[in-house]
Amino acid sequence: MTSLALSWFARHEIRLAWREWLAMMTGGRRGRRRAVIIGLVVFGGLLHIPAYAVIGRYATLEAPLDKPALIVMTATIFLAWALMLSQAIESVTRVFYARSDLDLIMSSPVALTNVFSVRLAAIALSITAMAMLLATPFVDVLILGGGLRWLAVYGVVIAVGLTAAAVAIAITILLFRTIGPRRTRFVAQIVAAVIGAGFVIALQIAAIMSYGTLSRFAVLTSDTVAGLAPGPDSMLWWPARAALGDGEALLLLLAVSLLLLGAVMAGFSAHFADTAVRASTSTNATHRNSRKRAFRSGSRQQALRRKELMLLGRDPWLVSQSLMQLLYLVPPAVLLWRSFSDSSVAIMLITPVIVMAAGQLAGGLGWLTISGEDAPDLVTAAPLPPSRLIRAKIEVVLLVIGALFAPLVFALLFASPEQAAITAAGVLVAAASATAIQLWFRVQARRAQFRRRQTSSRFATFAEAFSSIGWAATSALALTLPVAALVTGLMTSILLAATWKFSPRRH
Amino acid sequence: MASHPSALEVRGLTKRFDRPAVDALDLIVRSGEFYALLGPNGAGKTTTLRMVAGLLQPDAGSIAIAGIDALRDPVAAKQVTAWVSDEPMIYDKLTPLEYLEFVAGLWGVDPVFAERSARELLASLGLEANMHERCEGFSKGMRQKVALAGALIHDPRLIILDEPLTGLDAVSARHVKGLLGERVRAGCTVIMTTHILEVAERMADRIGVITSGRLVAEGTLAELRQQNGRNDTSLEDVFIALVHSEAAAA
Repeated sequence: MTSLALSWFARHEIRLAWREWLAMMTGGRRGRRRAVIIGLVVFGGLLHIPAYAVIGRYATLEAPLDKPALIVMTATIFLAWALMLSQAIESVTRVFYARSDLDLIMSSPVALTNVFSVRLAAIALSITAMAMLLATPFVDVLILGGGLRWLAVYGVVIAVGLTAAAVAIAITILLFRTIGPRRTRFVAQIVAAVIGAGFVIALQIAAIMSYGTLSRFAVLTSDTVAGLAPGPDSMLWWPARAALGDGEALLLLLAVSLLLLGAVMAGFSAHFADTAVRASTSTNATHRNSRKRAFRSGSRQQALRRKELMLLGRDPWLVSQSLMQLLYLVPPAVLLWRSFSDSSVAIMLITPVIVMAAGQLAGGLGWLTISGEDAPDLVTAAPLPPSRLIRAKIEVVLLVIGALFAPLVFALLFASPEQAAITAAGVLVAAASATAIQLWFRVQARRAQFRRRQTSSRFATFAEAFSSIGWAATSALALTLPVAALVTGLMTSILLAATWKFSPRRH
Repeated sequence: MASHPSALEVRGLTKRFDRPAVDALDLIVRSGEFYALLGPNGAGKTTTLRMVAGLLQPDAGSIAIAGIDALRDPVAAKQVTAWVSDEPMIYDKLTPLEYLEFVAGLWGVDPVFAERSARELLASLGLEANMHERCEGFSKGMRQKVALAGALIHDPRLIILDEPLTGLDAVSARHVKGLLGERVRAGCTVIMTTHILEVAERMADRIGVITSGRLVAEGTLAELRQQNGRNDTSLEDVFIALVHSEAAAA
């Protein structure tokens, strides 16, 4: 393959990635482009506010840093890397399964290793570009407060993006080889969720166990960690030193990340074709259900509920998301367990975390059961009034939420019956609100389109998020400042009423 | 329920999207009849059948299925009707047997009877070996057969099929045709759209031709030939002549 053909293929890959991203942002509607651009600019502008709140005070930091500061900075960069790795695993898996041009590429007279090297590089580039875009508000805040030397952060972001992409490619291909293409899709989702949340959660658990607080900084700034950390010349501090403007550290970091990506491309591009072909044909793999039982009797709604529960139980997204939500609930659960012995006030933090998780999970579940129907004609043609059909689906959402959160509320009952009651009410209201939003904005789609559900209505997505946050805040305030809870509860109710008013179902 | 002389009676059925898709259509299909509804792409066949199956609300007109007013009592009408679309809609994560259990549950079929029927149907459609496999790995033909089994599990009196043979291989198509023939002989009514005119020619008792949302010809093959003025022509010739003359008239 000539270099001209390679550069042409690289342009083709970048164009595909750009269009995929654009379609995801616009929901595939051309008329929305302008609105999306305006929305992104406004969102980017608004993002400077939380960026300032989080990072503004560190803009004056200068090298050399003391050990605790180096540890905090390195941990923050590592957290960004873990989140990027989580996204990268998702992207790489998607590329393997979704691209339908394999036959064309493989039947063309080109060297496959070169072509797939370009494809791997394009994956790395798109991941890095996205990371740079998200980093911009933070870098802006640092530059405004501390000068242009903070431009070096972009270099760190590039290095972080390239290494995350390289590791994601290696993990995904190794998963393919070890567990096969059908399981990889499922396992990759779980691995991505665990990596994304795992680091923060591990720090929180360590903080709770040692200091009885949910703050991860308590661990990072402790003498124990400082004692265990390596000396100032260690490679471990390169990212932090590079971010602070150390040119040598930045060059070394970029060189190592490029080397890593190069090694992954050299090692795996030859196998990419084989892996991608196995992925594209993996739908032919059979999954036999060994359990053979008689048909069950029951009402038509029961049949619907059974079907929904069975499909939810076999849904990879739901399993990975539930796992992630449960992971997020581990720190408050540990806090709860600890508080039995020392009656810490930090136990109050559990309630909003649980309520928020319930709202978020109910939103996803609501979409899967209400909008994500793979056989809409079948259920519409069934002799069942539409209201009973919808009721059965809503019951499934609330049943699953109840089953997942009841044990936590039950455990809370032993610590504080009042808090358990408020948490239960919060879970119920948050789940009901998220389900109602899904109902008002429902658009028939296949369950496999779950990933793109948020593009069908940005309004519904934001309403769902704010409703969960609102009910979480209301529950927390109900425990500490009931009058304020009335205000936030009213505000969340007004938000829901406004959401209903703008929803297409109202008409 | 006593057998009604008309399995389907449609009067003045109208549906508009950007333009009239179905235009004051009158259609009567007798009980125990195999009726083929033909027409060029965009003629309004699928829209008509979707309204009959209760998937689409008509703008005007009436639909009676086995004497039941389908617009006034849709649940009762749906109880005796089955719908199969050209794009088989089944659940990837369910096995054929689980899918049929769900469909039987939706139609309120006795579980013991339903399980026996499900196994028989899957066996007769050549899916016996796959009945415990999840449908996610099935070919389009296999999925179409599962969807068809779902349509038959509740023993409907009216089966509506929209291009059911699309994507089926010759053996599978023969399985499906055999099964539909059996149902018609048992007194069930079948309405089917198809672009495979040979199937309509061989299987249908009566054929209706629809263009621009209106029924432009109807009858047995012999009657359609007579209307066309030549007794030795194939259904394909008759169909093309009818469509062309309608296009010219428009």
